[in-house]
Amino acid sequence: MAIGNIIPNSMGTARRPIGLLASTLASALALTACATTGMANAEGGKADADRVEMAAMTEAEGPYPSTYKPYPGVATALVGATVYDGAGNRIDNGTVLFRDGKIVAVGDATLSTEGYRVLDGTGKYVTPGIIDIHSHLGDYPSPSVDAHSDGNEATAPTTPDVWAEHSVWPQDPGFSRALANGGITSLQVLPGSANLMGGRSATLKNVPARTVQGMKFPGAPYGFKMACGENPKRVYGSRGRKPSTRMGNLAVDRQTWLDAIAYANNEDAKRDLANETLVGVLKGEILVHNHCYRADEMALVMDMAKEMGYKVAAFHHAVESYKIGDLLRENDVCSAIWADWYGFKMEAYDGILENAALLHQAGACVVIHSDDANDIQRLNQEAAKAQAAGNRLGLDIPDATAIGWITLNPAKAMGIDAMTGSLEAGKMADVVLWNDDPLSVYSRPEKVWIDGALMFDMMDRKRRPVSDFELGQPGEGDVK
Amino acid sequence: MKAFLALAACALALSASPVSAQDLVITNAKVVLGDGSEPIENGTVVVRGGKVVAAGAGVTAPADIASMDAGGAWVTPGLFATMTTLGIWDVGAVSESNDQRAGSAPFSAALDTAPIVNPASQHVLIHRAAGITRAATSTMPSASIFAGQGAIIDLDDDGSPIMQPRAFQMVTLGEYGGAIAGGSRAAAHVLFRNALREADSYGSAARIPASGRARDIRSGDDLPLDPRLAGRDTDRAGDALLTRFDAAALVPVVRGEQKLYVAVERASDIRAALALKSEFTRLDLVLVGASEGWLVASEIAAAGVPVIADGLDDLPSSFEQLAATQSNIGRMKRAGVQVAINASGLNHARRLTQVAGNLVALTKVPGASGLSWGEAFAAISSVPAQISGLGGRAGILKAGALGDVVIWDGDPLEVGSIPTRVYIGGVEQSLENHQSRLLDRYKDGYEGALPKAYDW
Repeated sequence: MAIGNIIPNSMGTARRPIGLLASTLASALALTACATTGMANAEGGKADADRVEMAAMTEAEGPYPSTYKPYPGVATALVGATVYDGAGNRIDNGTVLFRDGKIVAVGDATLSTEGYRVLDGTGKYVTPGIIDIHSHLGDYPSPSVDAHSDGNEATAPTTPDVWAEHSVWPQDPGFSRALANGGITSLQVLPGSANLMGGRSATLKNVPARTVQGMKFPGAPYGFKMACGENPKRVYGSRGRKPSTRMGNLAVDRQTWLDAIAYANNEDAKRDLANETLVGVLKGEILVHNHCYRADEMALVMDMAKEMGYKVAAFHHAVESYKIGDLLRENDVCSAIWADWYGFKMEAYDGILENAALLHQAGACVVIHSDDANDIQRLNQEAAKAQAAGNRLGLDIPDATAIGWITLNPAKAMGIDAMTGSLEAGKMADVVLWNDDPLSVYSRPEKVWIDGALMFDMMDRKRRPVSDFELGQPGEGDVK
Repeated sequence: MKAFLALAACALALSASPVSAQDLVITNAKVVLGDGSEPIENGTVVVRGGKVVAAGAGVTAPADIASMDAGGAWVTPGLFATMTTLGIWDVGAVSESNDQRAGSAPFSAALDTAPIVNPASQHVLIHRAAGITRAATSTMPSASIFAGQGAIIDLDDDGSPIMQPRAFQMVTLGEYGGAIAGGSRAAAHVLFRNALREADSYGSAARIPASGRARDIRSGDDLPLDPRLAGRDTDRAGDALLTRFDAAALVPVVRGEQKLYVAVERASDIRAALALKSEFTRLDLVLVGASEGWLVASEIAAAGVPVIADGLDDLPSSFEQLAATQSNIGRMKRAGVQVAINASGLNHARRLTQVAGNLVALTKVPGASGLSWGEAFAAISSVPAQISGLGGRAGILKAGALGDVVIWDGDPLEVGSIPTRVYIGGVEQSLENHQSRLLDRYKDGYEGALPKAYDW
């Protein structure tokens, strides 16, 4: 405990390292610092040989970089299947070509497959890899014991300084279930919603890795988790702290933004991790994902964003979005929602099955999300539920549109749509072959490729990941 | 005050005006009997006086009842949801509206769900609209390992939901039971045994004889159990742990007159639960949860103990569920276990159809074990009804069964399908609820000449 407290201090300010471990770390830091700034010191001709100028990497230098590299794949032509491209198009008897990790072409049966290993998908379906915009895999991993509770830094109402990737346990068996049963190829792991500002999210490729860096989606922007409503006011109000009310929520948010603006305008300010994140949001480099249930609160948050000069990428959970579809369309904010959750808390009381459909009708952006280690395995079914509710209203929502709710739309809201989310030439070959219509309860992912590499095959018992945690346990390697 | 009471009485009289059971004939239907068989094309269902008269193919429609052409629509028995909390909460996180747990109560086994079920709860209305017509509902373990006595309810709108009060007792003996009992499974097991022995003695006589002859429970060369831990000679006055009410509530359990639902997940905990029958021979056990049931499926089958199992749990979400797999139910079924799909682990019980559909999908996965369509439907209709003591009466369309009939807009196990008509006991039910009214208000846009609040 003592060491845990000391190390961050010594790393942050590089002073007075205490204890063996801490001083070792401080030395390592000094060496790293030399590598980046040492030469400048030498050129500056500083005579004091004992003095070592220390500096951490800046945010712009990209600490904790992704080390993910696509796994080897075979140039593959999927032929004969019904293709939903994620961008709203359907191709019957379509052809999807991918090579070297990238989609080469998507078209009809006339596309040449020469030079590709041809996979017959007759009677089957092809979609882009499914994307979950709201997951806690890794930061609330299985088994869900207290020792694994790493999703809420619930010690202060605003913690913009924490990064979800520093909590993610890559050995969470949930990643493999999401892949094998849900066709999930990318996901955003968010901090929890105890805090008004919960910290940065991590966007991951759903590949097994020994480190979180090995999962980090290369080039994905950071997200920033915010929360309104019951959770922050309950958590802090119960401790006699601000905020204890919804007005307290907004007040703390606004003051925090004002302080961040002051920080951004102060060239002499000491580096501050929290403000670096907030300034990233104000610059539009970090995307806001705001947990918010009630329509009236979402309207207030959109005005707060205007007041402070940032944009909300998506409201998450948003069970009352259907009441303000017009506002959400005008403000270009997505709603990342469940198909059928309701009633578990007061602000979820007005959840209805038609939320997505009514948003679609209003021309607002729909994303179907999970927030759940089980539902992430069936986002396709959740999309189908939401679509069916709309079709009962006579909205006639095409299947290809519903698939977009779990592919291209989340990719857009996560800022990765130029790289994945749809089957378009040049994009990552994140692809799912379904054994039947993915909007049916009777279908399963048969094969899943990530960057063109086959990472799951229903027909091959060994082509599925088994986490370290599961080795030697009952049910190791089972179909799950 | 008098005026108010009079008004209330009037309102009550109006709402309680009896709706008599309709005689009902549905023809040209895709009929699902609910007994595990596959759907029957062009079938007929006949309900008279609130009871099913006949269902299936080759049924002659009686001439004296107006018949309804289903146009090929799916027609099924009402779904039976087991292990729910329907009618005993409004909003999960609003504690004053939520009667599922009573952590500060002095009672446990004596808690009785029957008097507290609210048939006007939105969850009852919403689940009725989802095709669930009967359910097992119960308080949850909180102050003690005993949850209390669950009830069997119907979901109709006649204001009297209780079909069978005190239908079962539930006890939790795994990780959660251990935590409640003081910190370990051992504590839970001792608490359980003590409770049943107290109840056993309490049942025969309130005054406990001090000189009962203990059974010889020595086996092999292990130390014999002290007779006071195994016999009936508990001095209730001296060291009774149960309240008088809790002890009384467990009397029918120990006599096998009331089912005992045992919530356990781990294979070894399941074995320990099955072993209780050798110690308390009259227990009428049902297992609940049983994520690792497939590992001990043959033992469960041999014991003849039914299981209410979580359908899609496949994560090692705790150390007692390391072997969890979606194939659990299919494998247990293949081993001869009677298995119903548990509603209590679901987001809401209305997802039972989705879970059943997923188990059908599993049949196409090499290495997995699923259910046929008919088996899957039975696992959310006739099987849970049978486990709940309503075998042949609910969750099934056959002569003599309750007239619970649901007409669907599609395959009932498909995620997009919902009921278009629901009959309970032969009475057509309203499918309106808070959610449907919100939809009515918002489906056609936003403010017009007046605020939305005038749109109702």
